Amino acid sequence: MRVIIMGCGRRGAALATMLDAEGHNVTVLDVDAAAFSFLPDNFGGTEIVGNGTDELSLRRAGIEGVDAFVSTTRGDNRNVMAAQMAKHVFRVPRVITLVHDPIREEMYHSLGLRTVSPTKIVASALRDVLLAEQETAGGEEQQETKVSEV
Amino acid sequence: MYIIIVGGGKIGYFLARQLLHDQHEVLIIEQNQDKSAQIAEDLGEIVMVGDGCEASTLERAGMARTDMVIALTADDEDNLVVCQVAKHKFNVPHTISRINNPDNERIFKMLGIDATISSTGIILAHIEQELPTHPLIPLLTLKGGALEIVEIKVPPESRIIGQPIKSLLLPQRSLIILVISPDGQARLPAPDTIIQTGDEVVAVTMPETEESLRSALASSGF
Repeated sequence: MRVIIMGCGRRGAALATMLDAEGHNVTVLDVDAAAFSFLPDNFGGTEIVGNGTDELSLRRAGIEGVDAFVSTTRGDNRNVMAAQMAKHVFRVPRVITLVHDPIREEMYHSLGLRTVSPTKIVASALRDVLLAEQETAGGEEQQETKVSEV
Repeated sequence: MYIIIVGGGKIGYFLARQLLHDQHEVLIIEQNQDKSAQIAEDLGEIVMVGDGCEASTLERAGMARTDMVIALTADDEDNLVVCQVAKHKFNVPHTISRINNPDNERIFKMLGIDATISSTGIILAHIEQELPTHPLIPLLTLKGGALEIVEIKVPPESRIIGQPIKSLLLPQRSLIILVISPDGQARLPAPDTIIQTGDEVVAVTMPETEESLRSALASSGF
């Protein structure tokens, strides 16, 4: 699969590293060349300095003809603008975007974008861990009581 | 009308001042504390400090009852999202977006923004107008980009100088809506209105007939 990843922060870089290791053809796009330091030394994909909301940069990254586009920057607006350009202007078949604000996430999802909300995912993961630990802690407390009784 | 302006820069400030003068109810949403304080000092308590892209900010701003939202920030992605949230989440009847990167004009049209104003494009076109190429200045797009309002300063060598409007051969669905003389007098065009040297003409046209309109108004030959 040929994929462009916009944003080479920790998340973008981690995704790029995974896909590259699995043999996909990956291009990473970031406005800051320093961001590419998040990628491992053996990264086999292409690194391009450019803005994902800029038509010219997207063309330079080879957006015409890719199979997928993922926007992963910290800015929701940049992400959804780039994703909409990929989907509606360049007709990329698979477009996925991070949207941190749950309200905007819901709206763009209903407008037909494939959105992923790190906020919701992390919150529910934290909740799961918290509740699991509470159960374990509850168990330990009872055991301790027993021990003290003995 | 209740009008929300997102972005309290120079354009937002002067637009708000004008709208207030015209008796409209205006709210500026601006992120920067100092800028907001300055606007409030000059224009009164019409500023809300906050991120105009956050749906919750817009809700507090009374987005549900607003007639028009104008996005004027220096970042095109922010202006796009402000207009999309206004339109799709709050059903605001009219949204206008400023475009900073002229290349984005086409993109915004494709993404369904009602009206766009390319500030950089207008400034560039005005400067270009002083060059000998006489381009059309795009002022506003309407109907999702199907129509546009353009302006051209009729060059002295144009064949239409001295001609009445009824004799002009304009492309289909192009319409002259205003003639402005060099002294700044605006005239509504009548069939017998004569185009004079130095006149500026404002017209409605379609993107695909823009070039033939330019040629009809600016060329010297027949």
